[in-house]
Amino acid sequence: MNMPLRTTETVMALPASSAAVVAIPTKQVPFATRLRTHAQNIAVNVIPPVLVIALVLVVWQVLCSKPGASLPPPLKVLDDTWELIIDPFFDRGGLDKGLFWHMSASLQRVALGYALAAIAGVALGTLVGQSTWAMRGLDPIFQVLRTVPPLAWLPLSLAAFRNGQPSAIFVIFITAIWPVIINTAVGIRNIPQDYRNVAQVLRLNHLEFFFKIMVPAAAPYIFTGLRIGIGLSWLAIVAAEMLIGGVGIGFFIWDAWNSSRISEIILALVYVGLVGFILDRIVAAAATIVTRGTAAN
Amino acid sequence: MPYPYLKIDHVDKSFTRGTTETEVLKDITLGIEKGEYVSIIGHSGCGKSTLLNLVAGLLPVSAGCVLLENKEVNDPGPDRAVVFQNHSLLPWLTVYGNVKLAVDKVFGSSKSRAERHAWVMHNLDLVQMGHAKDKRPAEISGGMKQRVGLARALAMEPKVLLLDEPFGALDALTRAHLQDSVMAIHSKLGNTVMMITHDVDEAVLLSDRIVMMTNGPAARIGEVLDVPLARPRKRLALAADPTYLKCRQRVLEFLYERHRFVEAA
Repeated sequence: MNMPLRTTETVMALPASSAAVVAIPTKQVPFATRLRTHAQNIAVNVIPPVLVIALVLVVWQVLCSKPGASLPPPLKVLDDTWELIIDPFFDRGGLDKGLFWHMSASLQRVALGYALAAIAGVALGTLVGQSTWAMRGLDPIFQVLRTVPPLAWLPLSLAAFRNGQPSAIFVIFITAIWPVIINTAVGIRNIPQDYRNVAQVLRLNHLEFFFKIMVPAAAPYIFTGLRIGIGLSWLAIVAAEMLIGGVGIGFFIWDAWNSSRISEIILALVYVGLVGFILDRIVAAAATIVTRGTAAN
Repeated sequence: MPYPYLKIDHVDKSFTRGTTETEVLKDITLGIEKGEYVSIIGHSGCGKSTLLNLVAGLLPVSAGCVLLENKEVNDPGPDRAVVFQNHSLLPWLTVYGNVKLAVDKVFGSSKSRAERHAWVMHNLDLVQMGHAKDKRPAEISGGMKQRVGLARALAMEPKVLLLDEPFGALDALTRAHLQDSVMAIHSKLGNTVMMITHDVDEAVLLSDRIVMMTNGPAARIGEVLDVPLARPRKRLALAADPTYLKCRQRVLEFLYERHRFVEAA
């Protein structure tokens, strides 16, 4: 630092640094070089997956092209399902709809069930994380219930709701809620004592403490739970829809199996995988935005 | 006899875990006058931080009481602002946001929005951190974090400022800078300060009185030393000042001869 030597005898506030900030000119990288670096970056990330996918498709094509093969090769899948791929929006009434409508019905169920699970999960997780008594009482129940497979809840919820739609939503809810509860509770329990001390010195009330300290401090944990939760709900929806019927990607797969349209099953699986991946990315992106600056200390 | 501004009156503190009871502090009585700068020094583990937490109200006393302006204090509050050893800034808020949180809470009803903003900036400028108001704690150095912690505490306009080894985690040069800042602020605002430290030079340089604690368990106040040095004090001039050296000598003797910390050896 370029501090002037102090010769005054009195102690006073440190003088603000008087040195001017000198901007160091950044070296201009030639455009061609930048373009090449950029292209290299893309190539490094894109070429390996493309190569591997191509390899898998070729092997699959070779293996399934033999006479008597039980599964169709990729080119046949493409040929069989071309109409579904190019026109996902058709609606011929009843259950004969394009893949977009099936997907959208499934997504709506997941959205509703998952949103309820997120709200209830964070609330219950906060309770369990904050109160020792609640933890002792509820934690054993949670630990047992969370191991129950999602589909095992379906008959019970059908009996309770007497309707497929709310039952499917309930299955999503009950699947997604456990990781949210458990991670939120861990996050709340791990809030450093320092932050609690600050809150105490400031005399924050319960509501202020919840919104100003707890939620931001536990946000990384909460989002871990939410991310696991969205993955699990997407896993559960396909299975649940296979059983309850109606419009939905799960039913579409089951229907295709019943009519031996194997190619359509494969197409649906690709879509399910892609949508699941996108959902995970969306929650991950939300986490990065919300928890920016929280994790680092 | 008039009561001192802050009075720690026959305070005991013991921690109970299961059936074992550990007595940490025994019969601590100490009065601090308004505007006085008092340091508590002792070996690590002797309970000086516990004593500060008792005054802050973060821990309950086992016996005795803490009186501020003749009123008993049992719970934490902004009238006894703490600067924590590890700064304790909230990492998701900016420097400005951290101070603002305190200002909004303490002056939410008595100051207007613009006044609160001005007060936040005033306190940040007091510790020369106004330029970094939009940075997050992770983006500034340890010394800067400690400055912001100090600004947050000052912004509460506390009756007593409690400093819990505020410079302990800093390198020697940064520490000297911050000590100068604290001295300047103390002479400007006349705060009542209680500081925990384990640095003899720091204690002598900053304090009006040094309270030396014996080793735990059941630590007591071993000796209280008046530091009769005129303010403002200059670090360099004091280095050869006989009074300064004598005070330093007294503290060192207490810590390393009469109350050597055997376990640390």
